[in-house]
Amino acid sequence: MSDPLHIAGKSYSSRLLIGTGKYKDFDETRDAIEASGAEIVTVAIRRTNIGQNADEPNLLDFVTPDKYTILPNTAGCFNAEDAVRTCKLARELLDGHNLVKLEVLGDQKTLYPNIAHTLRAARELVDDGFQVMVYTNDDPIVAQELESMGCVAVMPLGSLIGSGLGILNPHSILLIKEQARVPIIVDAGVGTPSDSALAMELGCDGVLMNSAIAHAKQPVLMASAMKKAIEAGREGFLAGRMPKRVYANPSSPAEGLVS
Amino acid sequence: MKLTVNGDTVTLDGATVADLVTQLNLHGRRLAVEVNRDIVPKSEHATCSLRDGDVVEIVHAIGGG
Repeated sequence: MSDPLHIAGKSYSSRLLIGTGKYKDFDETRDAIEASGAEIVTVAIRRTNIGQNADEPNLLDFVTPDKYTILPNTAGCFNAEDAVRTCKLARELLDGHNLVKLEVLGDQKTLYPNIAHTLRAARELVDDGFQVMVYTNDDPIVAQELESMGCVAVMPLGSLIGSGLGILNPHSILLIKEQARVPIIVDAGVGTPSDSALAMELGCDGVLMNSAIAHAKQPVLMASAMKKAIEAGREGFLAGRMPKRVYANPSSPAEGLVS
Repeated sequence: MKLTVNGDTVTLDGATVADLVTQLNLHGRRLAVEVNRDIVPKSEHATCSLRDGDVVEIVHAIGGG
């Protein structure tokens, strides 16, 4: 079934986006991404280790920009200025590639988004020609505001980053999705394949995760499980669920019973 | 000259951003360079002269979510 995800003018057959953090090594990172089927892969931008060996391995040698859409994030930024600066460095690093994941965080304990700074940074980045996929809370009004600013995807949290608590407020996610005209991607909080399936059954366009795969006992196997859950949830959404009823309704006909 | 590179003091024997990148064993790697908060495009690394006291940031991509 052809049911592509469109983001910023590009089509993707996978609706699972995954991060590259917390893996044991780059081999495991590459194998997990391969098993997940993801085509969009997030990376962080950090200082190089000065005085390093010339042959020290580099993430982008394992996860190459010719094979994957690299989505640099602004993780670790707690104000708009740092986030915008990081995006500009990322654009230079990736030869002008302007798709970014904006996240401006509020505090270390919750990593909840700082919405005032997120809005400010989003405006500045869109004006500067960036295609912004934005991490936000599950507030439908904020999501609408980010969309109207020109963000190419809005990415509400299911629950706190790295918590694995799943989608704590599916009703809010539903409200966000109902009114949106850009892709809505649940970003953060997913812990299990069933969490991913729920996001997709709600009608979301995709799910972005890192810890749920990287912190599984067997990350590569979990990557494969998540791929299937996202596909199942999406097909379930498209198929349309049966109506719920209070009382039973037999599946076998009442006629022709032996008596 | 003495520079501040990624927060550390570095004594550069050469003159340009490209010289610094080479001295740090980073030549040929995928990175981005900022000098005094302005990005220096790769195409200008060989011609961008550094001055004593410049503050340089050199970044790369690492694993992240």
